Amino acid sequence: MTAAVATNREIPISERGPAPRKVVVGYGFWLFLLSDIIVFSALFAAYAVLSGRTAGGPSGVQLFHRREVLVETGCLLASSFTCALMSLAIEQRRRGLMVVGALATFALGAAFLGLELTEFSGMIARGAGPDRSAFLSAFFALVGMHGLHVAIGLAWLVSMVAQVFTLGWRPMVVDRLACFALFWHALDIVWIGVFTIVYLGAR
Amino acid sequence: MDEKDQRHAQSKGQETPGESAGWRSGLAKAGMGLAASIVLTLASFWAAGTHAVWGPGVPVLLAALAIGQMGVHLVFFLHVSSGPEGTNNILALLFGVFVVALVVFGSMVIMASLDAGMGAMDGLMHMQP
Repeated sequence: MTAAVATNREIPISERGPAPRKVVVGYGFWLFLLSDIIVFSALFAAYAVLSGRTAGGPSGVQLFHRREVLVETGCLLASSFTCALMSLAIEQRRRGLMVVGALATFALGAAFLGLELTEFSGMIARGAGPDRSAFLSAFFALVGMHGLHVAIGLAWLVSMVAQVFTLGWRPMVVDRLACFALFWHALDIVWIGVFTIVYLGAR
Repeated sequence: MDEKDQRHAQSKGQETPGESAGWRSGLAKAGMGLAASIVLTLASFWAAGTHAVWGPGVPVLLAALAIGQMGVHLVFFLHVSSGPEGTNNILALLFGVFVVALVVFGSMVIMASLDAGMGAMDGLMHMQP
């Protein structure tokens, strides 16, 4: 390993042979994440176009509560931090610490999802469901898509903890954990767009 | 040690697990990322509700804060770096940003233009007997 790094200094990058496994896996998953973000961009475009079309129904200013959104954002930011701690524990191969990080990430992600579902059911109960206006259809599509991703991420996290316990620190499992961390942090980036454009941008 | 060597030393430190130095620097990096994103989030929520900023400037301020926070996440949590191993990731990211901008702003411009056209058509239809 150290010999390879020493020779890397003299050999140009084009002649070093295949990149390390970690770099290749990260790059492949990064391409998936970017395409996922492009899917979100279509929903953002739909929301930007339709956000004023309330069809006589309630507008964003009447429906959104900024304090709740701030709490939701805090949950996601904190879960990003605990996810980063989990990644560090994985680098050190400390299973106990990894499980603590995973539990904290799961709890914060689940709290976010619970708050979001409460918000959604409250809106639907007030007659402001996705069928009310084009604005609300676009809102539920965009924010619901992000919530769906968070739910999938939570299921993935549970599966990863189970894999660490049954399979141990195999390269395959470590790669998947690295991909999960990338996925979770990318969801946070999408949420930054959501809370800025949808919740804070509501006029 | 020149700049290139330092960059290699950094990327080497990220690749080899099991060092307490990596643990401490990783923890510091995650803590800095958390602190920066908390500050930027609170600034965004403050900017959205304040009257201290000139009204039309608020959306621009919000956009700047959001882009800054996305940058913080990319650097501190997704570990996007300009090192030799990160070149492909950066190129892919730039292409992704290009496509996202094309989709969002392209849709907005086209739909606004269509909307204006439909408005004119409404006017024509009302003129007919």
